[in-house]
Amino acid sequence: MHEMSIATSVLEAVEAEAEKHGGARVTKIGLRIGEWSGVDPESLRFCFDALAAGNEASAPEIEIDFRPRQNRCPTCGTIFALKDFEIQCPQCRAEVTEPVSGNELEVAYIELEEP
Amino acid sequence: MTRVEVQQKVLSENERIAKTLREALTANGVYCPNFISSPGAGKTLLLERTLALFPPDTRVAVLTGDIQTDNDAQRLARYGFPVRQITTGGSCHLDARMVEKALDGWTIESLDYLFIENVGNLVCPSSYDLGENNKIVILSTTEGEDKPLKYPATFSRAGLVILNKIDLLPYVPFSLELAKENVRKVNPNVEILEVSCTTGAGLDKWYQWLEQRRAGCAQAKSALGVV
Repeated sequence: MHEMSIATSVLEAVEAEAEKHGGARVTKIGLRIGEWSGVDPESLRFCFDALAAGNEASAPEIEIDFRPRQNRCPTCGTIFALKDFEIQCPQCRAEVTEPVSGNELEVAYIELEEP
Repeated sequence: MTRVEVQQKVLSENERIAKTLREALTANGVYCPNFISSPGAGKTLLLERTLALFPPDTRVAVLTGDIQTDNDAQRLARYGFPVRQITTGGSCHLDARMVEKALDGWTIESLDYLFIENVGNLVCPSSYDLGENNKIVILSTTEGEDKPLKYPATFSRAGLVILNKIDLLPYVPFSLELAKENVRKVNPNVEILEVSCTTGAGLDKWYQWLEQRRAGCAQAKSALGVV
């Protein structure tokens, strides 16, 4: 359970970003979280709620874009969702394919209140 | 409302520090593995076995992470090499900043190996780059063969998987073949070593593996020197 450290790191990164925009209040944080990032979106939401306790009214809304694992076939270019641990290309049966999503742990965007 | 695109990794600060550490280790030809396993799988004993074998002039140092106590540092210090405990005080993993702080006062130039023993946990340590060369994941025969499937993020990032406690195979319902098959499902090309840190079985292959990695790092360092 390291979601509390992750939530804290998110808030630090967001605060630094908001500073660049005159310290405007952050109303929304958009996160991108991959299936294999090691972070559970629900636990992470719980941690943001815990950190905002007592300040619920001004706490930013959290939007999580959950990214399932997808691989790309270098032979035929097919992008496919991974089921279990089968990485073979479903189209051309190439055995080696490369991950394109599923490892994300990113702050995608923030929304700021107009001054 | 103003929308600002950030597109930044949540752990970018950790990655920045890890990158600095990795550059310093690479420039000095140090081989640095990050040992990850569940509690009790044998990380500390594997390190003890390894240190016991090293000649006294080996240039090795150890960082060992735990939530509480310095028991592991005490165990490891008996071999005469520099050891530091990182007590995370509740945190379930090491991060790059803890490693950077723990290295304070040590000279990386005087090392060939830096061993990092992570907090016993198969989930969180996988998210934090410590600047290591490899994550080495240890799985023991007293755990289930399905651990690689239950903790795929950790096993998929392993540069080596060590199956420990093979001396207990006659007494536990653990299939080595199934365990290896499951490791390969999440990490198809990873090397797997079978050892018993209690009897010493298989450790010769581990020492060989380790020595090859160290030689590789020394070679990479001299290649840097030529340029």
